[in-house]
Amino acid sequence: MYLAARRDAEQLNLTLSGDWRAPQFAAIDAELSALSLSGVRRLRVSAQQQQLDITCAWLLQELLGRARSGGAAVEFEGAAPAALALLERCRSGAPPTPADGSEWFDPAHAVEDIGRHAVRGARGIAEGIRFVGRLSLALVHAVARGRLRPISIVRHVYDTGVTAVPIVSLIAFLISVILAYMGAQQLRKFGADIFVVDLVTVGVLRELGVLLTAIIMAGRSGSAYAAELGAMQLNEEVDALSAIGAEPIEVLVLPRLFGLVIALPLLTLVADLIGLTGGALLCHVLLNMPVQQYLQRAQGAIASTTFWVGVIKAPVFAVLVALSGCYCGLAVRGSSRELGRLTTQAVVQAIFFVILVDALFAAVFMELDI
Amino acid sequence: MAAVLEVRGVVNRFGSQVVHAGVDMTVEEGEIFGIIGGSGSGKSVLLRTILGLRHPNAGGVRLLGHELGSLGATELHALKARYGVTFQAGALFTALTVRQNVQLPMLEHLQLSAPALEQLALLRVQLVGLPAEAAEKYPAQLSGGMIKRAALARALAIDPPLLLLDEPTSGLDPIGAAAFDELILYLRRELKLTVVMITHDLDTIYRICSRVGVLVDGRMISDSLEGIEGNPHPWIQSYFHGPRGHARAARHGA
Repeated sequence: MYLAARRDAEQLNLTLSGDWRAPQFAAIDAELSALSLSGVRRLRVSAQQQQLDITCAWLLQELLGRARSGGAAVEFEGAAPAALALLERCRSGAPPTPADGSEWFDPAHAVEDIGRHAVRGARGIAEGIRFVGRLSLALVHAVARGRLRPISIVRHVYDTGVTAVPIVSLIAFLISVILAYMGAQQLRKFGADIFVVDLVTVGVLRELGVLLTAIIMAGRSGSAYAAELGAMQLNEEVDALSAIGAEPIEVLVLPRLFGLVIALPLLTLVADLIGLTGGALLCHVLLNMPVQQYLQRAQGAIASTTFWVGVIKAPVFAVLVALSGCYCGLAVRGSSRELGRLTTQAVVQAIFFVILVDALFAAVFMELDI
Repeated sequence: MAAVLEVRGVVNRFGSQVVHAGVDMTVEEGEIFGIIGGSGSGKSVLLRTILGLRHPNAGGVRLLGHELGSLGATELHALKARYGVTFQAGALFTALTVRQNVQLPMLEHLQLSAPALEQLALLRVQLVGLPAEAAEKYPAQLSGGMIKRAALARALAIDPPLLLLDEPTSGLDPIGAAAFDELILYLRRELKLTVVMITHDLDTIYRICSRVGVLVDGRMISDSLEGIEGNPHPWIQSYFHGPRGHARAARHGA
């Protein structure tokens, strides 16, 4: 019981009691809503010695408001609780309308949304081009002034390259296993088992070695770049760099870019090596092919360009992954949710661009007959 | 009067660096206790220890009648409904608006009706002196001083009997800081609120603190303001009787 009500014809006497504190909100609210105010002309409240916290003062104030709008006069026995005065003082200005009001589906809104998306997309492309422009300028400046920050680059080669060797090796090995199994199963039907070697070596060297390495790097380093730079952006570290006079792109982006451009081709080399080894092992196990024969067949299958056609793509993919990561990271503004969204975007975008450019490469090499 | 907060012999070490070499402090109900100390004297570490965010290397903390180390998850959750905290940099949730930030502890600890949730959040925002429009803004859109106030609004959201504040007035303009002092005094008078705050603001110390604890040499010296002012420790002497201390003390007639 937080409330004692005594009805006296048109007068209602209320005496507050008990602990009017926020944890009791639900119970007090229930008692107050159960109170009938119909026909009440005078409401007399006794709240002396009553501790009201702000939450409960609000409840009392709501009740008084209800009584007043019903035409009742409100008076207090003794002084009114001070908390009520505090509430009155706070209540100035109209309440704001919620910004994220979720409206029900509205066709006009849908059209508006399409337009907004289109504009945002166009702006995004313009931003991306501007970023590449700033990066190029920073690169020219850095080269001209001889400030390429080799120590920083080496750290990034270590972080993105050396520490990724185990996972890249494992995935390259597993891919060659998958290729060999599939190839063996299908080609055996034509008695062309020996072509498994062609499939594995050409597949790994031309396409899969570099493509998978780039995708791993997008997931591993692209996301790390975006999260790292995004957190720095949230913490105003990027602004601090600018204010100190260090160009953020030169200090943050270029070393990451160079680090990945160096690391990705080297990792591709590792992936190729492990992939071919895995192929040899599987051919030996599945087809009882001696390693000697595998090597001979591989020599025949590989043209002089096969290896280079794969590796030449690595630095290009590295640029795509590093730029996606850094661009998205630096685009983070204001909130942790943005950081999450842009880190996701960095990875998705990097993988998309890598595969797109790989398709272009495939078409070009086809036309060049390499 | 019951002790709301008791810190007994707390030792905090980071590697070989000893930050606290046995800190003792007691805060009674209804007190406004100011913690001062030089940079790096471990004020924030002490606050983190009191909040249970850091387990001390030795010693114990008794908060609102509960020994921190011995609480189960449910009891700890219930205890957290009884104090409000602000952090030095505000620590507002950047993905939420100010209103949602204030509502979060309410949703976690209180059973409120939907209109109560809306209105009480708005009320808290206005209580700390923010304009109503600020309720729908995101932390990134606020100035430093506004972030401090929004953080205080969040700390007050569930009407806790204890407030733990880390430098609540730093970054506020003098008018805002004075309004903050008045608000705290009011809350203490009306709601018997107990406040523990880390502060460097001499005005705030003179205006509202009933007792002061100084962290020096890894220990805490706590006393009434007059007692602390008369303490012969050289750091305390230069704190209160340095050029800034003199100016403030003169203004407050101390």
